[in-house]
Amino acid sequence: MASPFLSNSTISFSSSLKSSTLPRLFPSVSFSSIRFKPTPRRILTVRSKIREIFMPALSSTMTEGKIVSWVKSEGDVLSKGESVVVVESDKADMDVETFYDGILAAIVVGEGETAPVGAAIGILAETEDEIAEAKAKAASNSGASAPSAPPPPPAPAAGSTPAPPNSTPAYAAPIASEGLRKTVATPYAKKLAKQHKVDTESVVGTGPYGRITPEDIEAAAGILPSKTNVGPVVVVEVKPAAPTKATSDSSAPSSIPPPVPGSTVVPFTTMQTAVSKNMVESISVPTFRVGYPVTTDALDALYEKVKPKGVTMTALLAKAAAMALVQHPVVNASCKDGKSFSYNSNINIAIAVAINGGLITPVLQDADKLDLYLLSQKWKELVEKARAKQLQPQEYNSGTFTLSNLGMFGVDKFDAILPPGQGAIMAVGASKPTVVADADGFFSLKNKMLVNVTADHRIIYGADLAAFLQTFSKIVENPGSLTL
Amino acid sequence: MHSICSQATAVPRSNFAFDSHAPALPTSKPINLRFCGLRKEAFGFSGLTHSCSSRVRFTSRGHSKRISASAENNGTPPKSFDYDLIIIGAGVGGHGAALHAVEKGLKTAIIEGDVVGGTCVNRGCVPSKALLAVSGKMRELQSEHHMKALGLQVSAAGYDRQGVADHANNLASKIRSNLTNSMKALGVDILTGFGTVVGPQKVKYGKVGFPDNIVTAKDIIIATGSVPFVPKGIEVDGKTVITSDHALKLESVPDWIAIVGSGYIGLEFSDVYTALGSEVTFIEALDQLMPGFDPEIGKLAQRVLINPRKIDYHTGVFATKITPAKDGKPVTIELIDAKTKEPKDTLEVDAALIATGRAPFTNGLGLENINVETQRGFVPVDERMRVIDANGNLVPHLYCIGDANGKMMLAHAASAQGISVVEQVTGRDHVLNHLSIPAACFTHPEISMVGLTEPQAREKAEKEGFEVSVAKTSFKANTKALAENEGEGIAKLIYRPDNGEILGVHIFGLHAADLIHEASNAIALGTRIQDIKFAVHAHPTLSEVLDELFKSAKVKATALSHVPVSEPVAV
Repeated sequence: MASPFLSNSTISFSSSLKSSTLPRLFPSVSFSSIRFKPTPRRILTVRSKIREIFMPALSSTMTEGKIVSWVKSEGDVLSKGESVVVVESDKADMDVETFYDGILAAIVVGEGETAPVGAAIGILAETEDEIAEAKAKAASNSGASAPSAPPPPPAPAAGSTPAPPNSTPAYAAPIASEGLRKTVATPYAKKLAKQHKVDTESVVGTGPYGRITPEDIEAAAGILPSKTNVGPVVVVEVKPAAPTKATSDSSAPSSIPPPVPGSTVVPFTTMQTAVSKNMVESISVPTFRVGYPVTTDALDALYEKVKPKGVTMTALLAKAAAMALVQHPVVNASCKDGKSFSYNSNINIAIAVAINGGLITPVLQDADKLDLYLLSQKWKELVEKARAKQLQPQEYNSGTFTLSNLGMFGVDKFDAILPPGQGAIMAVGASKPTVVADADGFFSLKNKMLVNVTADHRIIYGADLAAFLQTFSKIVENPGSLTL
Repeated sequence: MHSICSQATAVPRSNFAFDSHAPALPTSKPINLRFCGLRKEAFGFSGLTHSCSSRVRFTSRGHSKRISASAENNGTPPKSFDYDLIIIGAGVGGHGAALHAVEKGLKTAIIEGDVVGGTCVNRGCVPSKALLAVSGKMRELQSEHHMKALGLQVSAAGYDRQGVADHANNLASKIRSNLTNSMKALGVDILTGFGTVVGPQKVKYGKVGFPDNIVTAKDIIIATGSVPFVPKGIEVDGKTVITSDHALKLESVPDWIAIVGSGYIGLEFSDVYTALGSEVTFIEALDQLMPGFDPEIGKLAQRVLINPRKIDYHTGVFATKITPAKDGKPVTIELIDAKTKEPKDTLEVDAALIATGRAPFTNGLGLENINVETQRGFVPVDERMRVIDANGNLVPHLYCIGDANGKMMLAHAASAQGISVVEQVTGRDHVLNHLSIPAACFTHPEISMVGLTEPQAREKAEKEGFEVSVAKTSFKANTKALAENEGEGIAKLIYRPDNGEILGVHIFGLHAADLIHEASNAIALGTRIQDIKFAVHAHPTLSEVLDELFKSAKVKATALSHVPVSEPVAV
């Protein structure tokens, strides 16, 4: 039985146990009289009035203990024999008493944290004058002598967390724009956060009503979602909980081909899970595509003019799309139940952005109403927030129409998948010089850009989309109205 | 039915379990009289300094004089009464009383306005046991560690909500028909309608819209039970804000449910919901979870039933306002500090279960016709379940048993009280020892208890000047528990070392609810530790946990001279 006192020279305080609280497993004689006898030392006359409270060894097999609760709080006056702290060993919870009168100056190891046997868990000062000194000591202690007493949970460093907790609209549902909300985390999410030292304030929830789910914490902590059957239960009436579905799929082993030898399996991050779920969900929507060539010479000229004022091409395209949508509200609508049109009162343009191995769609709200400069400014903010993973749910899942632009990569034409909950998405290719012949047979060189819109055919028909694209094309070809 | 809730005050069910003996004390003259009339040769007794048996016999005679009014008529056939006994309410209490009354030769009728079986069978113990059976199996299947230790391999366990709900419903119907058939077979008349007392020995009953029938009986037992208590400010919609009545139908399994109250009901539902995949938040007004339990048991239970599960809790708070989910908003719960009444927090969850106790269902009973005033809805009774009127006098021929009197709100307590009443009206005095009535909470593992908790025993010991000792054994040392890989749990015995009297037994562990009866029978029959420790238990069984418990108690040598109850029989 190693004495906890050997490790530190300033000790003169330790803990004892109430024999009445001892489980029968431990003969009650061993504690107070033998091991926990205070051993004051003469050389410590100066500092002996500040005493450390140690993690006691509550059983012969105990190597570390967890603080269940502090009975006393900092600043409380203690008298000899009073319970100060409740410690959980590998066997039971025990009250730990003080051997000295004094003031609990500082708590070094907080509730719920663990410390090895013999480590200082609190500091006791004899008088009020010594509290400051004791606190300083506590500060140095928490860094040095109590290795497993963790410092306050650090905000996850941006680089080290693999999974940005932001997510594409997994729950398009009712996140009303109520401004700032307090952080809501489920009981298990809180437990996991404590266990993995994740600060819930730094996590963006993807659960219902924007709450933080256990999966969000696991993603933030960079651990695999627990895939044991302890975890999510296979509920037959599955609600939109992505991992649950994953479990139910994996429970049918025959449908999964054996892995190629040597391959590595990297589980999805929360964001990737949400993307995957949305993509699979999109299969249930009958979509069709209509392409349209748009001449961009006038737009390019305008862009050159307004670029110094901070306007981006993305903002120009978003504005143009929004203005076209004003005239074609059905393209801004969505089909929620397969039986009706849901017309949106706002035109919110979501724009797909690739970020850290994920995909997110920050939303320019009321893009038809805001002017170009405000939109550009807003977009800059959104992108910064997205990079810092600070987008609020309504900033990435309130879109009514999506814009995806791969033109900067030289892509001339591509096909986008319609995100669930929206009626249409526009895929924009690169603008390229093209030889065109006019009605009189004269050839000329124009910049042409191919746009391709994917839409939900339950509500948007071919003619609707064609008319919308015609309007969009006119706006882009006569872009003067964009700056109004 | 909910109208009466607003009048009554919430009292957690567990409180009754232990306060119940107190009201009986002032009316019975010898302060600590505890005996069981069924077995006069085995009087249990926790007297002060008097000698034991003579005093009890003496006082029991005294009691029979006091009830002579009701005993006089016994044996003479009723001249003008329709029945010997009418019971209002066909729950477990009324059923137990009816069966015993028939056995005693009484012409018996039972009046039921709803369904036979009452709360226990239809909306309480019975369907909840079906759900808990499912949750227990789910837990085993989900515990990979547990399965591995047994060498079993199970792929992910799943469940069908409707199938589980049907199981609970089918069980309730089956038990209900068993109950109905058992009464019909014995010739108990089942009268349908709400019963009202219209005068002494006279009851009317009938359905709404039909003419009332008036029946008379020599004796009447009120056994109308209780309904879930819903505190003010809480809006129950039956979908997202629910009581146990709704929860037992298991119409949904919310992702996150708040349970208001951490007594038996709340604890059992937390076991069910977490096993089915929900996360749970407890809201408890007192400073500790599970306030009714022995503190040591509660602490251990918290380590096993709460901490490792997907459960968090708020203690020392009242839920002042709970709004159901609507208009795309979640269920919101406003919490205030229980002491300072300051607003503390607002929770947003998917559902809330109100488990703040039960309120007596006594409105419309016509008690005003016989000058009886309810206290917080409960019908006041003496220790023999005789109803006391507003002036403090006994109402002749009227008794009240079960949740409606609030002494001990447990189904089997109601039944025991009913049997006690039948014993009295058939000429045998009988006082039920409530301290011998066991209680159980069917979590995984189970919790059970009988008698006093350790603090209660120590308080009593200090007042009456005797010594209290505590013995404990662990399930970890039990062969059968280890074979099941369920070694978590303890049994705790609280006793008097001077005479070997058992004051209380508390068990937390595998099948605790079935194990408690050895202890509760010992208390009911007055068996002392020095005698019961020689009783033999089959090996290997869980009952050896109690065997070891009794053997580990240290009864002083002076008490050991006591001769064993039964003479040895040669075989």
